[in-house]
Amino acid sequence: MRKIKKQKFYLLALLLPFILFVVGFEIGPLVAMLRDSFHADDGIQVTIQQYVTIFKSKFYLQAIQNSLVISLVSAVISVIIAVIAAYSFTKFSQKVQNRLVMIANMTSNFEGIPLSFSFIILLGNNGLFTLLFSKLGLDVFAGFNLYSWTGLIFVYIYFQIPLAVMLIYPSYQGIKKQWKEASSLLGGTKLSFWLHIGIPVLLPSIAGTFSILFANAMGAYATAYALVGSNYNLLSLQIASLVSSDVTLKPQLGSAMGVLLASAMIGAMWFNNRMMRRIRRDLR
Amino acid sequence: MKTSLSFHKVIVGLLVIYLVIPLAATLLFSVAGKWDHTILPESFTMKWYIELFHDERFYGALQHTLFLIFVTVGLGVVIMLPTIFIITVYFSKWEGWLQTVAMLPYGIPPIVGAVGLIKVYSNGPLPITGTPWILVGAYFITILPFMYQGIRNSLRTVNAVQLVDAAELLGATKFQAFRTVVFPNIISGILVSTLLSVALLFSEFAFANLLVGGRFETIQIYLADKLNSSGHLTSAIVITYYSIILLVTGTVLKLTFKKDKVPSPSSKKRSVFFINKPFRQKNTALEGENS
Repeated sequence: MRKIKKQKFYLLALLLPFILFVVGFEIGPLVAMLRDSFHADDGIQVTIQQYVTIFKSKFYLQAIQNSLVISLVSAVISVIIAVIAAYSFTKFSQKVQNRLVMIANMTSNFEGIPLSFSFIILLGNNGLFTLLFSKLGLDVFAGFNLYSWTGLIFVYIYFQIPLAVMLIYPSYQGIKKQWKEASSLLGGTKLSFWLHIGIPVLLPSIAGTFSILFANAMGAYATAYALVGSNYNLLSLQIASLVSSDVTLKPQLGSAMGVLLASAMIGAMWFNNRMMRRIRRDLR
Repeated sequence: MKTSLSFHKVIVGLLVIYLVIPLAATLLFSVAGKWDHTILPESFTMKWYIELFHDERFYGALQHTLFLIFVTVGLGVVIMLPTIFIITVYFSKWEGWLQTVAMLPYGIPPIVGAVGLIKVYSNGPLPITGTPWILVGAYFITILPFMYQGIRNSLRTVNAVQLVDAAELLGATKFQAFRTVVFPNIISGILVSTLLSVALLFSEFAFANLLVGGRFETIQIYLADKLNSSGHLTSAIVITYYSIILLVTGTVLKLTFKKDKVPSPSSKKRSVFFINKPFRQKNTALEGENS
């Protein structure tokens, strides 16, 4: 009996490094941020002033709104494109399908700073396409400014699409050929099949994917940082400048905004979880 | 039916073109000599790559990134493997907690994580903001979800708990069982999550920029700093960087694809083989006793 106790003691000791890392770099900082968000600028007085400041300031509300809008718009567009494209994927042979998924997987790694850079050399002020099209006399991109809202959305959509395709594509595998046959035997048309069977089956997966894309865009920092620097008012960029820049250092306010962003992300993840459980009943 | 297929071909074609164009253009730009008023470059050159590979800063940044990846992923495997094993085998009632803790970073973007880390480590007993060590801690947490899922799934696939029970029944200690039965069986599964972690950390920018910045320049920081300089040189960096990422993720895909292709019976066979090998002697001894 004593031997078992001693053994358990050693086992618990082996868990110590893990506990240290988790407390020191995951739970600890999150608690510190949460606590800090309820303190005044001096870091001593306990108050909800920081949250009041955010919700009273036009500037910070604008940042939240911009982040929400850009995340929603890029997620909606990417999901629509992915639903169509993933459906087209299924029309090819298995070999081609695997290759297409591989392309999506590979390009999904092309994000952040390198991606922004690529778009700058393509569509920036002296970008390849910008110059080329203006020389060819086509002013497709004449009114297009990469370093603006439209530019940002354009780049966000680019890095969202591969992810969306990879997430939605598997759910098409769930739609059995027999269902289509049964539906047409019963007199259903192609349209009525998708309207009454296909889309309802896909819907939880689409909603789940949407929430992941939304969270992905809300938390995106590198892409926006490289593209617009601090010229554009986004939640993630504001948090960064509040906690790390020398000019506008306000860690408590930054913490409060961090808490808001984290809540939005966790909300989206929670929603995704619920949706996943709906399609995958085997997940408890 | 035929028109329908060509419709899908157009859709997929457009998507692939859209996804590949930025990469292809960057690649072309990195080997282009003069390219400002034609569709394709007028001349090709390798001089940007030569210039890049003579840049001490590039090597320095690459070294820093590799150092961080090596230390963090190493720590990740060394710490997470025993942790997950011990919890699944001995303290299975804590599994839910472990999962919550391990998956939480997945929902917390680096930008939020950095806020708390700056707060805790800027001053106080452990002022490591601005040093690579804070990144080691932050990155350990970043790769936690991948490490956890990879290791846990591998342990489940090989039925680690039953394997350990069986090994114990045959006279092995739990440590022996882990080392000789469980570990050899899950290496390939761990390899995939390790490589995924490597790719993830290679492209990590937010933590590096906010916690350390130029004081310990990683490849991403170097790239961000070069954004405004010569486009050709930066293209060469992007392509070099992306080639490394492709190499790593390509290996991941190959490994997982292989695993999918090989039906599960053979992997079970492999574990049986592994059981047989180290314990053959004991097995025969038991048989001897019985007879």
